[in-house]
Amino acid sequence: MKKTFRGGTHPPEFKLTAEKAGEKLPLPSTVHIPVLQHIGAPGKAIVKKGDEVKVGQPLTQAGGFVSAPTHASISGKVAAIGEYPHPSGREVITISIDGDGNDEWFEEIVEDVDWEKVDAAEIIKRVQAAGLAGMGGAAFPTHVKLSPPKEKPIDTVIINGAECEPYLTSDHRLMLERSEEIIQGAKLIAKAVGAKRIFIGIEDNKPDAHGVLEKAANEVGSDIDLSVEMLPVKYPQGAEKQLIYAFTQREVPPPPGLPMDVGCLVQNVGSCVAIYEAVRYRKPLIERYVTITGAGVREPKNVIARIGVPVSELIETAGGYNDNAAKLLMGGPMMGAAQWTDLIPTIKGTSGVLILSEEEARIGVEMPCIVCGRCVDVCPVFLMPTTIARMSELEHYEDAEKMGALECIECGSCTFICPSKRNLVHHIRFGKTTIMAERRKAQVAKRAAG
Amino acid sequence: MSESTPEAKGTPQSSGSENKKTELTGEKKVAKATPESPPQKEGADKTEVKKPPAPKPKPKPAPKPEPRKFILSSSPHIRDEESVSRIMRNVTLSLVPAMLAATWIFGLRSLGLVALGMASAVLTEWAIYKIFKMEGSVSDMSALLTGMLVSFNIPAGTPWWIPVVGSMFAIAIAKMPFGGLGYNPLNPALVGRAFLLASWPLHMTKAWLPAFWWKQPGYNFFTWKVDPASFIVDGATYATPLEMTKTALRTVRNPEGLPDDVIQSAMVNLQNVADRLIDLMVGTVGGCIGETSAILIILGGLYMIFKKYIDWRVPVSFIAVVAIGGWLFGGSKGAFTGDPLFHIFAGGLILGAFYMATDMVTSPMTKKGRIIFGVGCGLITLMIRMIGGYPEGVSYAILLMNLTVPLIDRYTVPRRFGHIKPATKEA
Repeated sequence: MKKTFRGGTHPPEFKLTAEKAGEKLPLPSTVHIPVLQHIGAPGKAIVKKGDEVKVGQPLTQAGGFVSAPTHASISGKVAAIGEYPHPSGREVITISIDGDGNDEWFEEIVEDVDWEKVDAAEIIKRVQAAGLAGMGGAAFPTHVKLSPPKEKPIDTVIINGAECEPYLTSDHRLMLERSEEIIQGAKLIAKAVGAKRIFIGIEDNKPDAHGVLEKAANEVGSDIDLSVEMLPVKYPQGAEKQLIYAFTQREVPPPPGLPMDVGCLVQNVGSCVAIYEAVRYRKPLIERYVTITGAGVREPKNVIARIGVPVSELIETAGGYNDNAAKLLMGGPMMGAAQWTDLIPTIKGTSGVLILSEEEARIGVEMPCIVCGRCVDVCPVFLMPTTIARMSELEHYEDAEKMGALECIECGSCTFICPSKRNLVHHIRFGKTTIMAERRKAQVAKRAAG
Repeated sequence: MSESTPEAKGTPQSSGSENKKTELTGEKKVAKATPESPPQKEGADKTEVKKPPAPKPKPKPAPKPEPRKFILSSSPHIRDEESVSRIMRNVTLSLVPAMLAATWIFGLRSLGLVALGMASAVLTEWAIYKIFKMEGSVSDMSALLTGMLVSFNIPAGTPWWIPVVGSMFAIAIAKMPFGGLGYNPLNPALVGRAFLLASWPLHMTKAWLPAFWWKQPGYNFFTWKVDPASFIVDGATYATPLEMTKTALRTVRNPEGLPDDVIQSAMVNLQNVADRLIDLMVGTVGGCIGETSAILIILGGLYMIFKKYIDWRVPVSFIAVVAIGGWLFGGSKGAFTGDPLFHIFAGGLILGAFYMATDMVTSPMTKKGRIIFGVGCGLITLMIRMIGGYPEGVSYAILLMNLTVPLIDRYTVPRRFGHIKPATKEA
C-alpha cells in the first residue's frame, strides 16, 4: 500500500535548485536577530547596545517554557536593539550586530566527546539551550515537542524530508550533504522521547536523497527500528498530520490535539542536524540551509546562511533581482508569506526566499464559486473550504466554526485548485482569526466576571 | 540592496517634526525601524539616535532609488492553470464529436439549430450583463455550453426559433436573475428544455426526424425546410424508441378489449426496438439532436472524468439505477425481463447523466452527496418512464434533484480529519 493521505493536490514542482549544492556564504557584516523566531513567547534580551558578542553567545533568554533563546550568529558588537521588520509582517524587537569579521566562537561551545552517552533529560536541556525551533517553517520550539507529558508516550518518531512545497530544495540539499548528522539527530530524538521506531519520509521525486540517507542509516546503525521511506509526491505530504497518517494511519485529533496524542513526534530533517550539533557540540542554531529561488532572481541557488542575514543580502549573493521580480516570499509558494520589504532577516524557520516574477505571480481574476467541489476533494483535513470561506465572508463566524474553520491547516490546496481563483484560504484565515479573537474576548470577560 | 534605500530614513525622521504626517506608509515603516540601514550603508548606527543627524539633507528626491515594491497577498501564491472558462470551453469541445455525428445523421439543419441556440444564449447573457450592469462577462463560456445543451435537447425537425427561445429562457430566467454563473439553483439548459416542452409540446414531442431523412428523395444534406409530419408512415414510426416501447408495453400488459392486430403490432414494435440496440448506441435512431449518439457522449464523458471536470459517481449511480430498474420492471413478461441496455441507451439518459446531472453548479459538492444525487435522479427517471405520462423523464428527474442539492450538501458534510471514534486508535 502506498504511504500517503487522502486529499491533496499536485502543484508544479519548480525545483530549480535541486542540483545546486549548498553554498557557504561569506560572513555577513551585519545581522538582525529578532527575539521572536518561534511560536510562543518572545525572548528577553540579555545583552545591551555596545556589548561585544561572540558567535553562539546567547542574546536572549526564553520568555517561558514555550519559547526559545536566540544567539549571536556572528561575532561583533551589538549595534542596536529595537523594532525592525520581521518576516511575520510586523515589527519585532530585534538585536542588530555589526560583525568584526573574526568569527570568534563563544567559549561554552565545545564538543562533548561522550555525547553518545547523554541521557534524555540532558538532550532536551541542550536542545533548549541551543534555541532550536522547528526548521520546516512553523518554528515550534523543539524542546517542547521533545518533552511530552508522561501520560502521552511517544512510540514513533517521524523525520520529515518530504519538502512538498514547490521551488524549495533546502531540505533536499541538506539530506544529500548532511545525511549522517540527520540519522544521528533522529536517533537522539528517539532517545529523548523513548520512541520505539523512526521513519524518515522523503517524497519520491528525491530518490537520490533516499539513497544517501538509506546508506547513512546503514553505516550509522540503530538499535531501534529505523526506516527511510519514499512517499508519493503529493502536496501537502510534508504537513505534520498528513505525514503521521501516511506512516501510521493515525489521525491527529483536531486542535488543540497534537501529534503526541497519537504517540507521534515529527521533526524536520534540518532540525535533526541542529539537534545533533546541539547535543554533540553544544552548538546553537546560528545557521541554516536556505533556498533562494524563483524566476525573479538571477541565479537561484541553495546557501548555508547565518541566522539574521538580511534577505536583501541573500538576494545579492544570488545575482540580484531580475527586472521582472514582483513578489518576495519567505517560504514556498503554497504557504510562504509575502513580504513588503527585503530588509527582513533570515530566521530559524526560513527554508527559502522565493522571488516570483510578474508572470509567476499572476493570479487569475476571482470569479463566483461554481460549486465544483474540487476544494472539498483536495482538502487534506476533509473540510468544505468553499462553504467555510463563504460563511466567513458573510461574517457568519459561528457557522464557519461549526464547519471546522479552526481545523484548517492553511495548506492552500483548495485555493490552488479553485478554477474560480477564489481566495479561500484568505477568507478562512480571516474567519479563524476573528473566531480566536472572539474567544479571547469571551475568556477575558469571563475572568472579569469572576 | 541598493533598492532599500538608506535615504528613506533620514527624510521621514526629520519631517516628523515639521510635517507630522508622512503620507507614505512604506516610508513610515522604514522610519520606525530602528536599525533601518541595510548592511554596510554609511553611518547606519548613527541614524539610530533619536534626533536626526542634521536637518540639512532635505535634498531633491532625485537620487533616491525607489524601494523595490512587492506585491502583497495572502498565500498560496501560485494557482492551478485550470479556470472556469477553460473548463467550460473544454466541456463544450467534448460535445463536438456528438454534434458532428448529429449533423451527419440529421443533416446540416441540426448543426444550424445548435449554432442558433449557442448564439442566442451568449447574446442574451451579454445583453443582461450590459443592461443590468452586472459584474462578470460572457467570456467564462458558460453560456456557450448552456446554449449547446439546450439545442442538444430538441428534436431535429423543430422550427429555428425553438432553440433560440429555449436558450434565451435558460439564460434570462433560469440563470441570470439568480446572480449568474454559480448561483442558479437549477440547470439552466434543462429549465430551457422544460419551458419549451411545456410551451410548444407539439414541436418538442412530434418534430422527430428519422435518421438520415435527408437521404430520402426530395431532400439533401443542406435542406432546411422540412415537415416532420411527412415522415409519419403508419402512425407509429415517427416515435422515438422510448415512446414506442412505452405504448407497446402498455398494450401488451393490458391486452383486454384490444383488437388482435394492435397487440400483434405492439409485440412487433417491441421486438424491433430490441433488435435495434446497436443503432441506439451509435445514434442512428430518431431522437433529440444530441441525445442519440450514446457512444460519442460516453467518450466525451470519459474525457471529462479523466480531466476531473465531473465526478464519475454521478453518471455511474444514475445510469446504474436506471439500468437495474429497467431490468426489474421494464420487461413485458414480468420482473427481471427488461432490457437494461435498452434503458441505458434509449432517450436522453446518457446525455443527461454525463452532461446535465454533473453540472457543477447544480450538483452536490461532496462525494457521498453525488451518489445520493445520482441515485435520486435514477429513481425519478424510472418512475417517470414506467409510471408517468411522459415517455422520458431524465430532464425532470435532474431538475427535481437539483432542488435537493443544498439539502444533500448539508447532510453529507464529510467527516473531518481527526474526528474519529476513540475506539479506532490502533497500536
